[in-house]
Amino acid sequence: MIDFDTLLQVLDSSVRLSIPLLLACLAGLFSERAGIFDIGLEGKMLASAFAAGAAAFVTGSALIGMLAGIFASIILSAVHGVASITFKGNQLISGVAINFLASGLTALIGQNWFRQGGQTPPLSGSARFNEITLPLAELLRDVPIFGKIYYELISGHTLLVYIAFLIVPLTWWILFRTRFGLRLRAVGENPAAVDTSGISVVRQRYAAILICGILCGLAGAYLSTGIGAGFGKEMTAGKGFIALAALIFAKWKPVPALWACLLFGFLEAIGIRFQNIEIPGVGTIPLQLMQALPYILTVIILAGFVGKAIPPKAGGEPYNKE
Amino acid sequence: MKKLPTWIDILLIPLINLAIALFLSALVVLYIGEDPMDALSIMIKGAIGSSYGWGYTLYYATNFIFTGLAVSVAFHAKMFNIGGEGQAALGGLGVALVCLMFPWPHWILALPVAIIGGAVFGAAWAAIPAYLQAKRGSHIVITTIMFNFMASALLVYLLVNVLKAPGSMAPETGRFIEGARLPTGHDMLGWFGIKFSKSPPVNISFLISLLFCFFIWFLIWRTKLGYEIRAFGHSESAAKYAGISPIKIIMVSMLISGALAGLMGINSVMGESERLVIDSVQGAGFIGIAVALMGRSHPFGVLLAAILFGILYQGGAELALWTNIPRELIVVIQALVILLTGALDNMIRMPIERLYFKMVRAGT
Repeated sequence: MIDFDTLLQVLDSSVRLSIPLLLACLAGLFSERAGIFDIGLEGKMLASAFAAGAAAFVTGSALIGMLAGIFASIILSAVHGVASITFKGNQLISGVAINFLASGLTALIGQNWFRQGGQTPPLSGSARFNEITLPLAELLRDVPIFGKIYYELISGHTLLVYIAFLIVPLTWWILFRTRFGLRLRAVGENPAAVDTSGISVVRQRYAAILICGILCGLAGAYLSTGIGAGFGKEMTAGKGFIALAALIFAKWKPVPALWACLLFGFLEAIGIRFQNIEIPGVGTIPLQLMQALPYILTVIILAGFVGKAIPPKAGGEPYNKE
Repeated sequence: MKKLPTWIDILLIPLINLAIALFLSALVVLYIGEDPMDALSIMIKGAIGSSYGWGYTLYYATNFIFTGLAVSVAFHAKMFNIGGEGQAALGGLGVALVCLMFPWPHWILALPVAIIGGAVFGAAWAAIPAYLQAKRGSHIVITTIMFNFMASALLVYLLVNVLKAPGSMAPETGRFIEGARLPTGHDMLGWFGIKFSKSPPVNISFLISLLFCFFIWFLIWRTKLGYEIRAFGHSESAAKYAGISPIKIIMVSMLISGALAGLMGINSVMGESERLVIDSVQGAGFIGIAVALMGRSHPFGVLLAAILFGILYQGGAELALWTNIPRELIVVIQALVILLTGALDNMIRMPIERLYFKMVRAGT
């Protein structure tokens, strides 16, 4: 059996791995709650990871990197908005295009700027978000159980990790306790009603997409300047789709989204740590099954065998004013 | 509103879209510090300037015809099958199993069974998402994306643990036997005494893909089932009223779509690599989306668009060889084509419609 220290390490790495999922998942939540399907989370994250990595390398500042990442992600969000809101195009196809656009452009520009096969040079020092030791962590380190949990699991993450966790309640508050959130959810369920009450559906949807861009930007910046030390080609490696899976798994709600992302992060952490898992009486669980598990779980949820996942009613439909 | 004449709809608008995509890509090339016109001429010369180039172009085009047809058939039923990648991967597995399992004496016997193997495996991988969409309303786009990832995990598992050739380091099967080797362009043209480069992987699957273009055209426009699929795609409620079963149409169209994607395996697995390797699909499933959009979901359009993308792929490889432009330029072009023909279609269409009807009014 695994001991307490190993368990803590696995949980600690689960938290780190779940952060990009969580940020991208909340990004998708804002967009899809407003009726705009977004399968371009992956592409926006990738573009942001590259912009953040490149800008952080050039300026030596992780913060400027982050802003550059957010900017890149917002640009792609704007493309998605123009296609799916202004020109009433197919949101899914637009998302596919954005993923390819990001994949192609980051590799192309990366090679052109740094000549390292599409990577950015490695980042160090202030060009990365460094780990923060929370107050008293060193002092409490030797306290059994709780001190260790505090030191290993809760303390010692980068700023973006704590920000990501704070965004969860913030998202809940915005969506369910503000007028803006009410309107945002309304354009995702019944845009005609919102329109009748004199509120612009178009403006509301663009606002949602803007927030989506910012959050994907944070997710990408975390990949290249938080958990990683520089941008690598295709470094999102399907994380945008796992985030999408988590969003469905969480039935488009912020707090369940947190749990779903932590669960998927945990699965990834176990896969990395143990490769093949022996379960007495069952046999070996192959690594590939662990990797596929988020997708399998999502399909089961989508199938509605364990509590049905019902997307926002007007999702995917361009709004036509009568 | 009145309709645009067909030639504008299926010829002019796709060409304008392509021109814009190429123009934007030219700006990217310019930014990289290369001459776009030079790049274009290297691409075209590399893709269709020799029998070697043609051999590769048509090899790629064959993959794209199968995946493009796959996306098209689903489009006709208003299903967006984004799972071509996974279905083609499974189809490759089916083809490989057929090739490995029997001591084939000649490809004439092996090919029909391999076609069935690829089609059945591809269709099977589309069956669960199709069923969930038809019966439980689970969104086909999301489920097929999930199935792409599952397919890739499954293939890695099988190649690493089950199918790997004994004694081999690489996660790939052993080479297929001589009796399962498909004739290449060199072989086939050789029968008629025509010289053709020996190295490119184009093979008899190209002719099979042309055959399937015809089959699909016949199916969609000349059969009752095709009519039902199109009727369902235009209006689900009207189709239901006419007694067409939505469950049947969703299932049938998605199974055909998956089977077509799976057929890609005869070209890439049986024809080219002659063994099953990890990631035999290499993104062709996604290019099928661009091909179907550009070809307006018509088999003839798909054929032309597939050859165009074949040229882009082979030309892009040549470009990476001779200039500082990385291969990823093709991905950018592909993204722009999908964006312009698929999502921003109205941006091009609306001004053209206005202009056309203004001219019509001025003329009468």
